[in-house]
Amino acid sequence: MEVLLATMIGTLYAAGIYLMLKRSLVKLIIGVILLGNGANLLIFLLGRIAKGSPPVIPDNSKIFLEAYTDPLPQALILTAIVISFGLQAFAIVLVKRVFQVVKTDDIDEMNTTDAQV
Amino acid sequence: MMQQIVMYPLLFQLFLSIALIFLWKKISWQKAVSIIGSFINLGLSIWLFAHVWENGTKSIQAGNWEAPFGISFVADAFAASLVLLTAIAGLAVSMFSAGSLRSARLKFGFYPVFHFLLLGLCGAFLTGDVFNLYVWFEIIIICSFVLLTLGGERSQLEGAIKYFTLNFLASVIFLTAIAVLYGLTGSLSMADLATKVAEIENRTLVQVNALLFLVGFGIKSAIFPLYFWLPASYHTPPPAVSAIFGGLLTKVGIYALIRMFTLVFEIDPFIQNVLLGIAFLTLFSGAIGALVQNNVMKIFSYLVICHIGYMIAGLGMMTEVALAGAVFYLFHDILVKTNLFMVSGVINRIKGTGDLKKLGDLYADRPLMSFLFAIPLFSLVGIPPLSGFWPKISLISAAWDLNNYWIIAAILLGSFLTLIIIVKLWSEVFWKTGQKLPEQQNFPYFNKLRNYKKTQLIVPIVFLSLITLYIGFGAESIQNLSVRISEELLNKQIYIDAVFNK
Repeated sequence: MEVLLATMIGTLYAAGIYLMLKRSLVKLIIGVILLGNGANLLIFLLGRIAKGSPPVIPDNSKIFLEAYTDPLPQALILTAIVISFGLQAFAIVLVKRVFQVVKTDDIDEMNTTDAQV
Repeated sequence: MMQQIVMYPLLFQLFLSIALIFLWKKISWQKAVSIIGSFINLGLSIWLFAHVWENGTKSIQAGNWEAPFGISFVADAFAASLVLLTAIAGLAVSMFSAGSLRSARLKFGFYPVFHFLLLGLCGAFLTGDVFNLYVWFEIIIICSFVLLTLGGERSQLEGAIKYFTLNFLASVIFLTAIAVLYGLTGSLSMADLATKVAEIENRTLVQVNALLFLVGFGIKSAIFPLYFWLPASYHTPPPAVSAIFGGLLTKVGIYALIRMFTLVFEIDPFIQNVLLGIAFLTLFSGAIGALVQNNVMKIFSYLVICHIGYMIAGLGMMTEVALAGAVFYLFHDILVKTNLFMVSGVINRIKGTGDLKKLGDLYADRPLMSFLFAIPLFSLVGIPPLSGFWPKISLISAAWDLNNYWIIAAILLGSFLTLIIIVKLWSEVFWKTGQKLPEQQNFPYFNKLRNYKKTQLIVPIVFLSLITLYIGFGAESIQNLSVRISEELLNKQIYIDAVFNK
């Protein structure tokens, strides 16, 4: 399971960065989404995966007796998902506005702010 | 009861921004509430600063969860003084935007978003939890996206694409670094991490993690190879927005770097060399970039990058003197950069352009105002006894102690190039006999404005210039503060004890 997740996270990061380097704005958005998901899965994986052991201390004990699933990474991911959702929504609206104003989705054409010295 | 004082500036900004949302359509109300609110916030920040100065580091646990498990908010001298500076810059920009922004922009919620931005800044300075720091960073960047694109001009949108992409990338790298750190230690509280990270045996992974943080914060604070989003976007929004961006946004990245690398990570020789190399190249490339520009706002954008190098150099050297220099420079830079972008806004209003080739005659037309503008311009260069001079002494003497002559050369070169840039700017904008510019239709020229609008543009510049003069002439008190901060930063036990309430 860990190897599978690790491979998937690696693929998501690589694909995300590859798409962000493309010249098309739509691919930029998809790259942003993939990269965000990769980071969320990374938190999940690094919180250690312990299947079927809830973070509950047994009645007759005062401490955890065995490895338990850490609930904190899931809280972190939930926060990160909400934040990246907001950012992605903003990015989609921004890209739409840019396309309406600049009339192209090629990022190479958007260099007027750099060109004028 | 006095513990809650840590949260007051934060909660007040939150309250203020929500109150401003309810005044969505009433722009003159928004202006009044924002300015009065910024005054109250300044009072609260001074109170917090005085309290921390008297009683030492204060902390509060959110929701009363015990220290390493909950989110703590910590106000040490460093955080408290930055909250105070945020309040000062916020007050100045709040007043300046009342005078300078067109009402079309104000109608789309400039003020609520502006105060959410200040909320994010205060939160980032005060938090004692790494993941919470990430959340504050996200609040800051989402507000900055809105402020950057408000108005929807073509150049703004083009700048925003680059700004968005690179800042999002920085956030993902920061999040990745947090994930690895959590995987290594199982903790997110900075005070807890300070002890736990030192005990990890896998030093390579810790070093990689530190570099991830360096890259994440580095993009946000615009250090050498990662700054290209800044000159592409900072000159596009109105000057009021650029003022708060140039003054505070890159500095919060520097704050986070200083905090992480003093408290959580040890600086080993490798990272030290990386930081010093970055500092050298940032100073050099920012100054060279500013040298070839012909637009006032773009020159200042490149100077923002250039002067980040001083703080990185101070962090890289990591001695008490060097850190004091970096912290002093940070204070000076926040005020001066905010002021300079407002100055460029007023110059633009007087002449109708920001192009050096077309500008001129400003000294002949408005001698008194030119004298006022000279204060931030020459403070930036660091002509003694103005404020930019004193931190450089600390930085140079720290580099001298370490026998690191490259850094001395970089600091002197950076100052020298800044001097050339400012002298060029001064002679082009103020002394040169300008050409007659064709009058633009519908442009709100400065002398056509009503008197209260003029006051709103000039008073913030006077206010910040006076504080800059105080930093220059009362340098001893600021130096004492910086030395105390650098002692606190290097002696992390103070921070840890404050969080765990020992």
